[in-house]
Amino acid sequence: MSVPSSNDSILSVRGLTKVFYSGVFRRQATVAVKDVWFEMKPGTILSLIGESGSGKTTIGKLILKLIQPTSGQIIYKGTDIAHLKNKEQLRDYYRKVQGVFQDPFATFNPLYRVDRIFNMVYSSFGLDQGKKDEQVREVLESVNLDPDRTLGKFPHQLSGGQLQRLLIARTLLMDVDILIADELISMLDASTRIGILNLLVDICKSRGMSILFITHDLNLGYYISDYTLIMYKGRLVEKGDTKKIYENPVHPYTKMLFESVPDIHRKWDRSEEFLPEHVVQEVREFYAANEGRGFEDVEEEHTVLFSDR
Amino acid sequence: MIASFLKEHENLYYALTNKKVIVGLVLFLSIVLLALVGPMLTPYDYEGYAGMPYDPPSPNHWFGTTIMGRDVFTLTVYGLRSTLLVGFIAGTIATVVGCIIGFLAGYYGGSWFDEILMMITNIFVVIPQLALLIIISAFLKVRGIIVMSVIVSATAWPWTARAVRSQTLSLKNQEYVSLSRISALSVARILREDIASNMFSYVFMVFILQFNGTMLSTVQLEFLGLGPTRGVSLGLVMQDAVNWNAIQLGMWWWAIIPGLIITVMITSLYLVNTGLDAAFNPRLREA
Repeated sequence: MSVPSSNDSILSVRGLTKVFYSGVFRRQATVAVKDVWFEMKPGTILSLIGESGSGKTTIGKLILKLIQPTSGQIIYKGTDIAHLKNKEQLRDYYRKVQGVFQDPFATFNPLYRVDRIFNMVYSSFGLDQGKKDEQVREVLESVNLDPDRTLGKFPHQLSGGQLQRLLIARTLLMDVDILIADELISMLDASTRIGILNLLVDICKSRGMSILFITHDLNLGYYISDYTLIMYKGRLVEKGDTKKIYENPVHPYTKMLFESVPDIHRKWDRSEEFLPEHVVQEVREFYAANEGRGFEDVEEEHTVLFSDR
Repeated sequence: MIASFLKEHENLYYALTNKKVIVGLVLFLSIVLLALVGPMLTPYDYEGYAGMPYDPPSPNHWFGTTIMGRDVFTLTVYGLRSTLLVGFIAGTIATVVGCIIGFLAGYYGGSWFDEILMMITNIFVVIPQLALLIIISAFLKVRGIIVMSVIVSATAWPWTARAVRSQTLSLKNQEYVSLSRISALSVARILREDIASNMFSYVFMVFILQFNGTMLSTVQLEFLGLGPTRGVSLGLVMQDAVNWNAIQLGMWWWAIIPGLIITVMITSLYLVNTGLDAAFNPRLREA
């Protein structure tokens, strides 16, 4: 089923909501993601920033179709991915939409050698098996890994950073449209990190790949992304052009985030307190003062949630 | 040829080079061999009169004779057959039932289907095992090996179901399952390579534990006089020995030898169990 897609976006998320239920007799609902809207354009990097438990990872999993949304749509190239039911359609979707997960140690099946992640790609997506060895070596070298020292090893014999780079190499093997990068470089040291980030930006610009860069690191978000989405308690509270948001944060949660970034020339000061309860209080007051307003543009390409009622 | 075979099946290689597995297997297989070959070595009938009563172990009667002149070796090897058979059948039933329920409940974790399966399981968990077994056994007039196995396995499966369920629950949420899903692997392949293979060693060990557990439960029942109504088994031999005050009368061979065989058998299976745990897990291999 085709859904009219707005302008030139490759993926649009519309009113996405995910509620987790637990228990049968006394159902408890946890709202992980509530009414999230955003668009991804080809060749751009979107950073999704928020604290732990704000629903960032859930959005990534929803786009990767690992969990089903409670309501709302995810439209990829004009098709709601909820309608991708049969194997071939899903395969075609995954050929173009890929992800790298948070925990590299958990992303490898401990019983198999690390080569399996490449073999799966070749067998599932019908890539040319004959060129496998050559291509795998090539992508491994592009992420600064020595193929002879990584291939044929078991996951527990490699470090978190090496495993994470293997996963990045895996996505490089495929010509993907969208990459969901969940805390992609959290396990890497500073020097490798910059290399990988630059590599990603390169691929993004040259191949027209879009990246949803899920992180809690504001500096990283600024460094890499064209657009920024700020999440707080399952809701998008501020979204738009990265520069505009960083220069002029409007939502109290975003302001707090920027103020709490450690600065290299500033020591910790006891008088600066960013306690969670202060933020909750401030956000509540902000919403109360702006009751009835909802999402509003503050400037071009910069939208803020003024009130959740 | 052999080297390439082992390269393909390196789990087998690691299993067969593990010391605990070797020792355990040798002990267990020699006991199985005893059960298979033993009855052919003995000229006597396990129910009939074989020689002088009250005879200590001798070249004629390797394990001595009972107070009624039966040959203890003959009794032991025939008893071993039925005890092993009950353990095998009951262990298999308990493992299969436990795994099916655990796998389904885990796979549909959180749904009403899971809740119902777990409710049934929990009901079975809280029933005192021995009491239930005694009641069921007492009601049945004729008890054969199959009936014994079913009775024993009826109370043995619940813990397996619960354990397998929780394993499945945690495995299906692993990120490597997610990676296989976004690699467009079929559900069958994910179940086989990511879930079942990570549980194989576990299920195998469950079977060994169930084999042990059900065998012990059977021997307990037999010892209480609720064993098979016909035939002989290790538990029955020991019950007889106690009924006739074998130890007090100095006939240690009548009670101690069958008990020793059960002990060795169970110990050997525990050795195989712990050895396999180390062999199947690549992370434990290098230690």
